[in-house]
Amino acid sequence: MQAKSRLYTVVLLILFTGIGLILYKHLMLGFPLMPDDKKFVWTIEAKIDFQAHGDPVIVSLALPPKEPHLTFMEEDFASSDYGFSELVSNSERRGQWSKRTAQGTQTAYYRLSVYENDKIIEIPPSDAPEQLKKPELDEVFLTASLTLLKKVRARSANPEIFTRELVQTLNSTSPGQNQRLLRNDKAGEDYKTQLILDLLALEGISARVVRGLFLEDGRRRQSLTNFVEIHDGNQWILFNQDTGKSGKPKNFLIWQRGGQSLLDVVGGKNSQVSFSIIKNTHSTRNLVVSSSLNKQATVIDFSIYSLPIEQQNAFKMILLLPIGALVVVIMRILVGIRTSGTFMPILIALALIQTTLITGIVIFLLVVSTGLLIRSYLSRLNLLLVARISAVIIVVITIIASISIISHKLGLSQALTVTFFPMIILAWTIERMSVLWEEDGPREVMIQGGGSLLTAVIAYIFMTNRTVEYLTFNFPELMLVNLALILILGQYTGYRLTELYRFHSMGKQHVSDKL
Amino acid sequence: MFLTSFRRLKNMGIVGMNQRNFALVSRYNPRHLYPLVDDKLKTKQLAQAAGITVPKLLGTLHYQYDVKELKNMLNAYQQFVIKPVKGSGGKGILVITEQNHNLYYKPSGEAVKLSHIERHVSNILSGLHSLGGKPDSVMIESLIQIDPVFADYSYEGIPDLRVIVFKGYPIMAMLRLATHASDGRANLHQGAVGVGIDIGTGEALHAVQYGIPVYHHPDTHKAFNDLTVPHWNKLLTLAAACYEMTGLGYLGVDIVMDRDQGPMIIELNARPGLSIQVANFSGLAPRVAIVEALESFDHDAQSRVDFSKKNFAAVRNLIRPRRRTNHIKNASFLILN
Repeated sequence: MQAKSRLYTVVLLILFTGIGLILYKHLMLGFPLMPDDKKFVWTIEAKIDFQAHGDPVIVSLALPPKEPHLTFMEEDFASSDYGFSELVSNSERRGQWSKRTAQGTQTAYYRLSVYENDKIIEIPPSDAPEQLKKPELDEVFLTASLTLLKKVRARSANPEIFTRELVQTLNSTSPGQNQRLLRNDKAGEDYKTQLILDLLALEGISARVVRGLFLEDGRRRQSLTNFVEIHDGNQWILFNQDTGKSGKPKNFLIWQRGGQSLLDVVGGKNSQVSFSIIKNTHSTRNLVVSSSLNKQATVIDFSIYSLPIEQQNAFKMILLLPIGALVVVIMRILVGIRTSGTFMPILIALALIQTTLITGIVIFLLVVSTGLLIRSYLSRLNLLLVARISAVIIVVITIIASISIISHKLGLSQALTVTFFPMIILAWTIERMSVLWEEDGPREVMIQGGGSLLTAVIAYIFMTNRTVEYLTFNFPELMLVNLALILILGQYTGYRLTELYRFHSMGKQHVSDKL
Repeated sequence: MFLTSFRRLKNMGIVGMNQRNFALVSRYNPRHLYPLVDDKLKTKQLAQAAGITVPKLLGTLHYQYDVKELKNMLNAYQQFVIKPVKGSGGKGILVITEQNHNLYYKPSGEAVKLSHIERHVSNILSGLHSLGGKPDSVMIESLIQIDPVFADYSYEGIPDLRVIVFKGYPIMAMLRLATHASDGRANLHQGAVGVGIDIGTGEALHAVQYGIPVYHHPDTHKAFNDLTVPHWNKLLTLAAACYEMTGLGYLGVDIVMDRDQGPMIIELNARPGLSIQVANFSGLAPRVAIVEALESFDHDAQSRVDFSKKNFAAVRNLIRPRRRTNHIKNASFLILN
């Protein structure tokens, strides 16, 4: 009993380690569980234009903050002849281009490739709001504001509802006198943002402007959209300043928080920044592998991914073997199918992967049956065992060579894959089956040969399944789960399925001589 | 119905292959003792040392160059059996019943030349019949003379009796009869008939061929219902003594009946098969459980046999036509309820 509980402890340990690693890779590193998982990668280009007039030039652009749910694949600051530095402060990130002298139209680019990691939940910003400053307004304006605020306040219960009501009232299609005065329809977006911020400040609600970019494929010459973010005492809430809807819209990239300028140009004029956006589709797995390698996550850094591509491909095959082994264990222990040679079916399955199923089976049957014919002649020659098997190996190679040549002449290119069959194994199979034939008759040969082939085909079906292939390669930890399964199956002492047939006559005629 | 259910097998106490490997073979048979039974020469020497009757050893061959000596060795004997020392499942056994004018006759009457025997010996030596294809040795034994009791129950071969000895207690027995279908061999899966034998009396209980009940030998047509194995007590004692000899807790003992010398051990098996349950129409598990539950171990083989005879005797015996079997089945069903 103690041995049993020890085994189960080991099994559980292995199982948890395996599943834990898989979950870590899936949830923390974002490895997808399905091979077809795709992600959209947005490439955003900010283009800064300005006129320089011979003086030293400093261009400073706010850069989008790095948030945990976003993965920045690549940032590029290509601008000829400009020095570049990235300035990071507590509140924001800025890119700074500089040059001693510049003349005429100047352009600087900032390019960013980014994708959203949907496994990681977006965390709202947690910084505390700044001290409120009372806005300075002229008297007419102040009166109109206070009247409006009073009206809105009457309809709201908390800062969140208040803000929504305020924004909706300001945007209403049938504005009252006060709204019209405050709104100043000729002014731009920034004016409206400032107005809302001022009104919120009068009400005593901390708020700030948030600039962001709506991500839409193929857009050019876009500018940032202003949102208003208020602090309700606990957390920041984002509001659309045109509709009053709260929360971050989908495909909206927050570029800058707070009232600092987006773009500063010293030594130039007529500066402007515009954005263009392109959407690309990438396999999630590739994105995650490259970003994890960049981040140097230990699990990935010491993994198969760090090997050269050629070795990685070899491992793709090797990591499929445990699946084949599991199939063999199930077929032998649970089903009770007899195979010739314990793991020969896996090797046949590996060969089938290279040759495709039908071609492989036809070739296998062809080689083995021809081999058996020739082997039956060899047995009459009175040879010693090792010499006979060696002779069979040569026979097998000859058969394979002839199949290749004949099929090539006939134009059957598929049959050329015959070389993928493991020849030594084929020779042993032929030898064993031939001895089996002599000793136990053709029936046993059919049972064991058929069992091997059936097991091989089932192993083949699993090993060529795209999902299985993907999972075994990208989650080698699955081997631990597999190992735990095999350890548990090794404890199975129940009946095999075939034993239900083997003992069937007893089940029918159960009589009284039970003790 | 070609299949039975898990529950029914469990209720009958049938031991499956997985359970045999796990709960019997690997638990009670320490691996280092395997060579004692896998090597038939060692078994023979052990048995002789323990005073257990075995077929007489006529000669052994260990190397390929010994094959040249074969003719001289065989000259002295009319009848002999050639066996691989490490063979299993009756593989590679060649029986010669007559030698005449350089021709050797098999039990089937087929005549073979010396070169055939030489090739057979050479195959054995190079490991054709041994486990894992390891080089093997050859032993030549005297031929067993069939006991007249079995003369009508055998087709071209000597019936052998398989007794399962668990921790020294014989728990189940089966007589294996060669048939035409099994080509004179006693392998059940090749079509030999397995006859379950009552541990209590040595009388035949049931017979099966290919897992299907039969009532008489398919070739000799002799009915099994009056078959009783002679020297039953001596035979069981012999089998039980093999436990002390080998130390293996789950042991298959193969015994033949010689006309002149009585029961002899011909082979021991550390992984005996499960067909014996089919032949006996009952499972090994309840009997194993009875022996496992014993608190003390009896060192005397005879008293162990007595225990087995008392506890493992069949409630109902004799082979009867099916209709009467059903009748009895119903009757006992009522009693059991």
